[in-house]
Amino acid sequence: MDHLTKFILLFISCVLTNNFIFSRFLGCCPFLGVSNKVETAMGMGIAVTFVMGLASLFTWAVGKLLVLLDIQYLNTIAFILIIAGLVQFVEMFIKKSSPTLYKSLGIYLPLITTNCAVLGVTIINFDSYVVEMDAIGLVYSVLNGVFSALGFMLAIVLMAGIRERLETSKIPQPFKGFPISLITAGLMSLAFTGFSGLFSNLG
Amino acid sequence: MPNKKVRMSTIFLNGIITENPTFRLVLGMCPTLAVTTAAINGVGMGLAATMVLIGSNVVISLLRNIIPDKVRIPCFIVVICSFVTIVQMLMQAYVQDLYASLGMFIPLIVVNCIILARAEAFACKNGVLASAIDGLGMGLGFTLSLTIIASIRELIGSGKIFGIDVFGGGYEPMLLMILPAGGFITLGLLLGILNSVTAKSAMKKEA
Repeated sequence: MDHLTKFILLFISCVLTNNFIFSRFLGCCPFLGVSNKVETAMGMGIAVTFVMGLASLFTWAVGKLLVLLDIQYLNTIAFILIIAGLVQFVEMFIKKSSPTLYKSLGIYLPLITTNCAVLGVTIINFDSYVVEMDAIGLVYSVLNGVFSALGFMLAIVLMAGIRERLETSKIPQPFKGFPISLITAGLMSLAFTGFSGLFSNLG
Repeated sequence: MPNKKVRMSTIFLNGIITENPTFRLVLGMCPTLAVTTAAINGVGMGLAATMVLIGSNVVISLLRNIIPDKVRIPCFIVVICSFVTIVQMLMQAYVQDLYASLGMFIPLIVVNCIILARAEAFACKNGVLASAIDGLGMGLGFTLSLTIIASIRELIGSGKIFGIDVFGGGYEPMLLMILPAGGFITLGLLLGILNSVTAKSAMKKEA
């Protein structure tokens, strides 16, 4: 299989079949916390995509260095520091370059540091693209980061759309808030499970 | 000041019941949903998180007067991360099966909101002993809720609890519960039931 086909398959895999939220359970906290309105969900999605792409890029380089020095066990601590620094940097950059976007993202930006989707993708990348592949691994890492984040964005925006409707519907008192959101997410996840047949047909 | 023993037991029970991280605070959702396909995974994940919580709470409480306020979050993360790495290496050495089935969710304990939240809300304001007990209580509360969710999912999804066949072979497992969707739905229903029970008992108290 040539690389282009692999990229397309990676895209489908990240967005539909192995969606970060619905099949891997990464990034559930912001998924449940920030999915009240479509607009903020969209903003969160864009910010996460940006950070995840950059984080994949930087952690690939640092990961290579760790492998070279034979200190792979330090990957978690190295990656979380990179992510924390990166989020800080992105926050300062957006603050300077586009104050409107900064205002609309507001408190969600610093929260990205503790979004396990970001650390999760760097660890997945480390295991499959840094240790096993050479230079081409960089492209895969970054694409994996961006595509996974797009999957996250799809999920959170869909969820926000549904939750906006839930606001006005009649829900039994004890199920208001978190419980009904979780059950909704469960049903969405069930729908996404339907995509898992895609790859077996592609052979 | 109230009796010291009473205070400590209040802190301990706070984590398990009053402010149970999963059912009351709804924190740390990712591992809660991801690893609870079998009861043993729930216990393992919970205990790993407990060890990290106690360790990080103690160290952060010891350093609470040294860490400058402005850079406290990065400092907390480094402390937490060190303990996660230690736990990860210990598990890799002694409980390999569990290590393999929990997979990447062990390093992801670093970004588990419960641990950072306890560091921020409790350990950096309280003494060493109180922080250790808070860590233990919160950790056990987390373990307890993970085990409950995992037992329900394992029982319905594969007819077993802790790998022991309960129904004696005559049961057709409901695959849905082991799938990711089952995790969301189980937790949603549990939270709903818990809410209605609490609301009812509150009404009784008023009446």
